Amino acid sequence: MPKEGIADPQGQTIERALPSLGFPAMHEVRVGKRIELVVDAADSAAAEASVKAACTRFLANPVIEDFSVQVVPGAGGEVPA
Amino acid sequence: MTARVAVLLFPGSNCEQDVLHAFGCLGVRAEYVWHHATDLGGFDAVVLPGGFSYGDSLRTGAIAAFSPVMGAVRAFAAEGGPVLGICNGFQILCEAGLLPGALRWNAGLKFICRPVDLRVETAATPFTRGAEVGQVLRIPINHFQGNYYGPPELLAELIATDRVAFRYCDNPNGSEGAIAGVISAGRNVLGMMPHPERAVDPSVGGTDGAVILTSLLDSLVAPAGPGSARQ
Repeated sequence: MPKEGIADPQGQTIERALPSLGFPAMHEVRVGKRIELVVDAADSAAAEASVKAACTRFLANPVIEDFSVQVVPGAGGEVPA
Repeated sequence: MTARVAVLLFPGSNCEQDVLHAFGCLGVRAEYVWHHATDLGGFDAVVLPGGFSYGDSLRTGAIAAFSPVMGAVRAFAAEGGPVLGICNGFQILCEAGLLPGALRWNAGLKFICRPVDLRVETAATPFTRGAEVGQVLRIPINHFQGNYYGPPELLAELIATDRVAFRYCDNPNGSEGAIAGVISAGRNVLGMMPHPERAVDPSVGGTDGAVILTSLLDSLVAPAGPGSARQ
């Protein structure tokens, strides 16, 4: 997500369009991105740690973006090795 | 001395021929270097051209910043070698951490492709030494993500250390402080969103960009006095 307080041109453009589409009560629109990926890891904690490292180095730009990581098991539970 | 200028090629670069042509107009035959290269030995200057490296996937310049050649660019810059990043090249240098700040979507979410007026903010760089502070250059921009951002403390530092190279006269993209180009702490890495290489050949779009490339070439022959990064 764009960091708090940093102008987000995509969010601002959407916010300006909302009233004319019949949604005048919506404000403070911010647009981020969601990245889904599969991690080979011993457990959830290890998966989360490695994804956080990838976010810090590559997946997010710390100058303008914040990130959060959510770990969910695959459709059939933990993915077998 | 014949200057050897490397023009880096990433998958999706598309302004490399413009850069080659512009240097050709100035009597220098620049050379392409593929992004797999790991050594820039023998080159006097390095240019990262504009384009859409890796299709702008993830963020502009984010993937190219991890190309093998960027290790060589880092080493080249650390030794004081001049590096010029134009448009996507600027975005790559920011993502690689060679320049501070980031480029956001243009304010108003418009792709902007037109000549703009730039004010030269410092002549104390190898790229602007032939220009005068306050001189206005008409140079084209061609980008969707050129909206420069730095946190307030960075902007203050850039101003205090004379590292804003250019500002837009009319700030077309919403950049903080109307910043169009920044120079590194070592004063040898310049990133700018406008395309000086498209304003060199008088038959296409004026010659205001020539002062930037000519300054660079002159600096290779006759480095500036005390304070210059490359002696």
